[in-house]
Amino acid sequence: MKRRLRFWRREGTVAPSLYLAHIHLPWLGAAVLTTTLPHIYHLPVWLAASIVSLLLYSAMQWRRGYRVTPAWIRILLVLLACAGIAFQYGFNPGRDSGVAMLAVLSSMKLMELKDRRDSVVLLMLCHFLLLTHYFYSQNLLTGLWLIFSTLIVTATLLHIHADARVSIRPLLAFAARLICQALPFMLALYLLFPRISGPLWGMPQDAYGARTGLGDSMSPGSISRLYDDDAIALRVQFSGVVPPRRQLYWRGPVFNYYDGRVWRNGDFSMRPPAVEKRGQPLRYVMTLEAHQRNWLLPLEMPDPRAIGLESRMSASGVLWSVQPILVRTRVEMLSYPDYRLEVNLSPNRRTDNLQLPENYNPRTRALAASWREETADPRQLAARALDYFQRENFFYTLDPPLSGANAVDDFLFNTRLGFCEHYAAAFVTLMRAAGVPARVVTGYLGGELNPIDGFLVVRQSAAHAWAEIWIAGEGWRRIDPTAAIPEDRVAADVRAARLITAPEFAGQAVGWLQQARYRWEAMNNRWNQWVLGYTPERQREILAALGLADPSLRHILLALVAVMGVLTLGFAFWLLYPRRAKPVDSALRVWQKALIWLRKNGVATPRWETPLALAQRLSARHPALLNLAQLVYAARYEGQTPKSASLRQALNAVKQSGGRPTANSGKSRA
Amino acid sequence: MFPPDFLRRFIRKRAPEAGTIRLQRQRIHILPTGTGILYAVTLLAMLIGAINYDLGLGHALVFLLASLALVSMVHCHKNLLGLKLRALENPPVHAGETAQFHLLAAAPDARPALEWRIDETPGEETPHPAQILHLPGNVETHFCLGMAARRRGWLVLPRLVVQSRYPLGLFCAWSHPWPEARCLVYPRPIFMPLPPGQPIGKSGAWPSREGDDDFAGLRERQSADSLRHIAWKAAARDGGEKPLLIKLFSGGAKAELWLDWTQLNVDVETRVSLLAGWVIRAEEAGYAYGLSLPGVRFAPARGAFHKHRCLKALALYAPAPGAAAARN
Repeated sequence: MKRRLRFWRREGTVAPSLYLAHIHLPWLGAAVLTTTLPHIYHLPVWLAASIVSLLLYSAMQWRRGYRVTPAWIRILLVLLACAGIAFQYGFNPGRDSGVAMLAVLSSMKLMELKDRRDSVVLLMLCHFLLLTHYFYSQNLLTGLWLIFSTLIVTATLLHIHADARVSIRPLLAFAARLICQALPFMLALYLLFPRISGPLWGMPQDAYGARTGLGDSMSPGSISRLYDDDAIALRVQFSGVVPPRRQLYWRGPVFNYYDGRVWRNGDFSMRPPAVEKRGQPLRYVMTLEAHQRNWLLPLEMPDPRAIGLESRMSASGVLWSVQPILVRTRVEMLSYPDYRLEVNLSPNRRTDNLQLPENYNPRTRALAASWREETADPRQLAARALDYFQRENFFYTLDPPLSGANAVDDFLFNTRLGFCEHYAAAFVTLMRAAGVPARVVTGYLGGELNPIDGFLVVRQSAAHAWAEIWIAGEGWRRIDPTAAIPEDRVAADVRAARLITAPEFAGQAVGWLQQARYRWEAMNNRWNQWVLGYTPERQREILAALGLADPSLRHILLALVAVMGVLTLGFAFWLLYPRRAKPVDSALRVWQKALIWLRKNGVATPRWETPLALAQRLSARHPALLNLAQLVYAARYEGQTPKSASLRQALNAVKQSGGRPTANSGKSRA
Repeated sequence: MFPPDFLRRFIRKRAPEAGTIRLQRQRIHILPTGTGILYAVTLLAMLIGAINYDLGLGHALVFLLASLALVSMVHCHKNLLGLKLRALENPPVHAGETAQFHLLAAAPDARPALEWRIDETPGEETPHPAQILHLPGNVETHFCLGMAARRRGWLVLPRLVVQSRYPLGLFCAWSHPWPEARCLVYPRPIFMPLPPGQPIGKSGAWPSREGDDDFAGLRERQSADSLRHIAWKAAARDGGEKPLLIKLFSGGAKAELWLDWTQLNVDVETRVSLLAGWVIRAEEAGYAYGLSLPGVRFAPARGAFHKHRCLKALALYAPAPGAAAARN
């Protein structure tokens, strides 16, 4: 066994290469700081505080002359940390508890640095900690932080393996140079390394943090809670003209079962409805933010067969992805804004969409029944309902009063204050009570066009609910009752106002702040398209664009090996090929420039002639040369490095003096 | 420690080279270090994590770190490439001391953290101490490598190892330059009283009084010394506690001393050591001394060169086969 260990550690000696200097410690501290700092955000307060105090403790230790903290203290601290983390996160190992453990351990490792080996272990921990940042955020800023923290960690690794006396600036500069030289390799690996879509195994429960979005059901408040959320829900890039805002209904979950309190989906049939497509389709690429659910959010009405993702359309016209959208996903879609959905409604489905809970909302039912006596035409009934919303004193507000047991009755006859969910629910209830099949559709409405990159951005705050009624011979028809509220009755609520009265995006005057925001989001979007949306499918697309159509795994690997090989050879040649050494001091470099200028002008400058001798020989023609030669001597032999400005001045003086010398004065002694 | 033992047999043995050695890429070897392997394992774990959690940025990080390792490999190789090394003359030492091999290293540009040491031979237990050198560009840097001088004679500089883990410690590049250098190892001296001198000239007195011009110093009295030269005043100051001292004089005619191989009758190594001790003592005492070995005879003389000549002859003395046996 001992024999085997000799490869790594020869007994009884500590090679000088393993020596860790006092000056290395601040660097290690900085590496730990840059890698744990962003975690402070999502760690519990007590843990963040203890990490900070551990770092401070190490800094104090360093100031007093570093000494390894006694083993019993370290063991005690580790046990305490373990207990605390177990208490905080429970005993099941998960992502968050793992990250917390890693962060604490790496800051504790600072207390027991004995030799270089320890510091290397610490730096490996730091590398791993870097990775864990991306569990929480992968945006552009995190990407920039990646470069910065890699720089710090690399510089630390460099510092402990190089001359310890090197100061900060050259060290960072060299680390930056290494990273720059690594970038082409990284790009090749990034593009060509065969991507496997995860996960490789079952992930802990907390693998994906809670993210808001549309819900499985609709009860008052479930959508309006999104109004405060400026997070982006989806980004869309149209390949043609962006359609007008009134067509931008992004169809999400549909609810057709009402239990008096909550609207749910009661239609679990996955048989796609008949969609009659008319007119020109819209082609677009949608980048969905992860929402942990299966629904895609296409523009109404999508063609389920032309989706670049394994998906199905449910009977109620909702497009479901087979896999939940756990990560940001890029989908190509095709939608027909002019469509007819389910022209023939089966009796069963008709009854389903007429369902209303018994014993709820009697006044609403009575009102609908009275309308029904006047007309049976669904269009007129709908117009009647919308007219009712307009005529009566309905207001739009995000702060409606709480309603009682008969929510729709309360809304229609008492409060008359509500937002899209109330209007959609009340409208559908009215329609159903009047014998018109109807259902609630949730999704997003509209979007902001980013003028910088042409992407349409739909935020969570654009969440919306509207209604669909079924008309014989026409199929399902979208009706947005919220739009019936006159603008002056939108309560003084900026957000609500924005939702209802958002202007068409064409010709918007945008302030510089908005401009900056667009720019930033455009950058972020590009980042998402390339960094986060770089899936196996996208890789195939890119490879196809590069001329590797439909490559097999073997081809991708071959391409990767070939590109990496060529890059490595090229880099090695560039780095190792001997180049003529530049003169070390700046004065000599300027002197050589002067010599080149002289030679160009026909003056012989033999190698054996010293600057002063040359200057004296040419003093008649080039008196300024003497000054330059003296500067060179001062730099070389008197240790007075001249300022670059004075050197430049002297060189210019040489160039101006004399002009073109005659041939015999220059070559007399050559 | 590089090179690892299992690789040694594959590295071609070369002969020592005279003059300046320039390290070419053919003779620079490189392998990942323990740190490098740990780094690779960490990266692998990170890659698996990135795939599992589908982290685009995680992929980017892993690839950046892997590329850094690749780049650092080339830099590590470059740190040794074009290194120039030449050996200087080495001052002689006595057996039992540490021989210092003086070397000059240079490179066209700065080369930090080079580790130089004498390559261990397979039988050796402890490695030779390493010398870390940060070479600035374009300047020859002098450094010494020490090696225990065990026996008299020529100590030939064994093969060297120069290794570098710079820049990131993930790879270790090493090379085996073998400059031709040797260090003369004088015999380990054994100090014994000097043998009685032989009279020179007619006076027969020894040491001769006539030429004693300048007082040159004191030394411990030995039994053969004349009573006239005893420093009585010094003895009086010491109160007779210390051994008697002899006054030394220079510039006068010296005593003539023959250090003769045949005066001693012990084994060869002891004889050589005794003679070396006498040479040193005689030189210190300022006597003219001659050395007579079988086959070598230096007439009595003094001075650093004479001393060196004598000690060198002793260091390199090899009895003719059979001669030693016959003499004993």
